[in-house]
Amino acid sequence: MTDTKNIATQATGDGRNALANATPTPAIRPLVDIFETGDGITLRADMPGVSKESLNLRVEGPNLLVEGTIGIVPEQQMSALYADVRSTMYRRSFVLGNELEASNIAADLRDGVLTIRIPKRAELRPRKIEVRT
Amino acid sequence: MFGSVYSESPLLAQFRRLEQELDEVFGSATPWTGGIRSLPPGTFPAINVGGTEDQVTVYLFAPGIDAKKLDISIQQNVLTVSGEREVARDEQATYYRQERFDGEFRRVLSLPDDVDPEKVEASYRDGIVQITVRRRESAKPRQIAIR
Repeated sequence: MTDTKNIATQATGDGRNALANATPTPAIRPLVDIFETGDGITLRADMPGVSKESLNLRVEGPNLLVEGTIGIVPEQQMSALYADVRSTMYRRSFVLGNELEASNIAADLRDGVLTIRIPKRAELRPRKIEVRT
Repeated sequence: MFGSVYSESPLLAQFRRLEQELDEVFGSATPWTGGIRSLPPGTFPAINVGGTEDQVTVYLFAPGIDAKKLDISIQQNVLTVSGEREVARDEQATYYRQERFDGEFRRVLSLPDDVDPEKVEASYRDGIVQITVRRRESAKPRQIAIR
């Protein structure tokens, strides 16, 4: 156990982060709509409670990682009477295809709805092929 | 002949039995999950309710709604919230996933008996509707001085 910890510490220089990454906190999988148009793919995710500051969007290799924390914190002495939502964190990842331009992603967050636009590479957009007569 | 179609794998059946037992211990005993007005899990919007000595706060996880069109009413201790979420669909697009709720919704909650229906406040931020109902003064715990 201690050995694993040490290895993790050496690898990243920060043991706490490494451990946090190794055992992710239980997170809610946000519900999404995903659709494709001629020039790209749009992803919409429901992430109520997440503000721009607590949103974390990352592209790691072929993966697009969407993470966010619910920022509305109840009063300290409040006790839960009922809870549908039992985590304060959202997390979901998607695998992007090669034809998508991951470096050119645009994101917008409004009223807890995240919209991500991933454009297709220009040379790979569908072209109408003319038939010569 | 149909036995294999209807019977689950033993492992899955055991999980289901465990789920039922947990529901019996923690769930159905509360007026929230076992209440006559309770809705199945996953219903939009998700709700959390918290309470302090002074107030009860209801959180509705309702992203992307027009808060002005939200209808919130309270009668005695029964809170009703209804509204609509319109998800714009692109007719030209190819959809791969459509998990997000689209349409009208209505949720009815019985709050604790001591809430004051005259003292309700609601706000909307980052897709969460927060409704705070004060508890009645007489219902709050009071310190009784000994003479």
